[in-house]
Amino acid sequence: MATVEFRVAPDAHIVVDSDVCASCTTKACVSACPARLFVPTAEGGILFNYEECFECGTCYMVCNSEGAITWQYPLGGHGVVLRSS
Amino acid sequence: MPEQFDVVVVGAGPAGSAAALVAARGGLSVCLLERGPFAGSKNMYGGVTYARILDDLIPHWWEEAPVQRWITRRSTMVATPTQAVTLDVRADAWSKAPFNGATTLRSEFDAWLASRAVEAGAVLVTSTTAVGLLRDARGAVVGVRTDRPDGDLAAKVVVACDGVNSFLAKEAGLYANFSSEHFTLGAKEVLTLGRDEIDRRFGLVDRQGLDIEMIGVTRGIPGGGFLYTNLDTVAVGVVVNVDALAASGVRPEELIAGVKAHPGIAPYLRGAELSEYSAHLIPEGGYDAMPDLVTDGMMVAGDAGGFCLAAGLFLEGVNFAIGSGRAAAETAIAAIAKGDTSRSGLSEYRRKIDATFVMADHKRMRRAPELILSERMQRQYADLICDVAQDLFTVTNPNPKPGLRKLLRTERKRHGVGFRSLVRDGITSWRTFG
Repeated sequence: MATVEFRVAPDAHIVVDSDVCASCTTKACVSACPARLFVPTAEGGILFNYEECFECGTCYMVCNSEGAITWQYPLGGHGVVLRSS
Repeated sequence: MPEQFDVVVVGAGPAGSAAALVAARGGLSVCLLERGPFAGSKNMYGGVTYARILDDLIPHWWEEAPVQRWITRRSTMVATPTQAVTLDVRADAWSKAPFNGATTLRSEFDAWLASRAVEAGAVLVTSTTAVGLLRDARGAVVGVRTDRPDGDLAAKVVVACDGVNSFLAKEAGLYANFSSEHFTLGAKEVLTLGRDEIDRRFGLVDRQGLDIEMIGVTRGIPGGGFLYTNLDTVAVGVVVNVDALAASGVRPEELIAGVKAHPGIAPYLRGAELSEYSAHLIPEGGYDAMPDLVTDGMMVAGDAGGFCLAAGLFLEGVNFAIGSGRAAAETAIAAIAKGDTSRSGLSEYRRKIDATFVMADHKRMRRAPELILSERMQRQYADLICDVAQDLFTVTNPNPKPGLRKLLRTERKRHGVGFRSLVRDGITSWRTFG
């Protein structure tokens, strides 16, 4: 369960091209994402949610396939709100 | 026509707020943009702020800065799964003004520093993301585009303090040697324990605080662990190389669980309740991985500029953010007065930071990231140190004590630590920290 507030933006700030993911052998995003946002599907693609993202950027850094993960900051005022860190 | 400022600072973290504060005091019109609902809302860190760089900017800052505890006890722990050797430093001087390090919550500290920039005359605009750069016909940066309707902001100088992922620095082409190998992931849990319980368990009184840095607690993934005492919470976490983390297939939260379960840490945390879990990237490449810091009409400061000292013994970032933001603002003031905000007009920024701790510390410790994150340091030396210490203090009666020299030789061989690599790393360490 989330321990921080998420002001979920209407649009996803993470875009995943699942066709590219289908040919990915490592799927490093699945284990490296500290928020567990990426889940492999039975068909070999990636399911993800952007709603509970810490906005750290690890996913696009570890992604080894050009263009599979496109990532930007969410709309101003949205996304994660940290208070005790 | 977009709204015009002398300076637009992107990001109200420590770098951005320091830049906005100094620029506003210098008589410039300043817009300080923050994508979160308040300054600090997107930020987390290992946990200690070294704020002496504020001494002359905000005299007696320690009387007003929102501090959790003053670090008076600093421990460096070298561990294996079943052992730990700790260097524990206590200094009374650190509990008195002007203090040394402090634990702070970024939602409080960053908001406070931003409020000081606002008092100086900067216009803080929150909940607004800078989505791109405005450029003139020659390609010089002349402002930023925001995600507000009609949200273009024109500026003579843009100071990009938009953090470790700096999309503005990337867009400006300043991250030519960008590589994920230079980044670490910091993940941490904030655990509620209660003020008295923290005092008791960690041997603290009043607002004294403890900072424990650990090596050898990340399952061989290059990095380290940490524990910081806030007033009534404790922050526990890990910092690990992003590429190595990905290659390992281990989840960051599993690594935190490992630190919490370590026999040297677990007793401190019994009964603590999870309050907040979060993560952030850290630019740990140091001097040799830094991006270009200046282009026509724009400077880069803070994490965006790679200013973060991760040198094992020293782990600092907020101070470098403030120092670089401040130097950028001083440069902007002079450049705007001269009417030259081109790359060459702003090149004074580099000279300013070269002349201070901001770059000097990074340069001196340029070999530290590689050394600290090396397999030898992370595993072999940690194992060696722990085993030698355990052997040294294990009473082997009726056999006589073997002597330290023999212990060292035996353990060095057992752990496959070559004499040459030991000497070489010794020399590198001396050059780095000596």
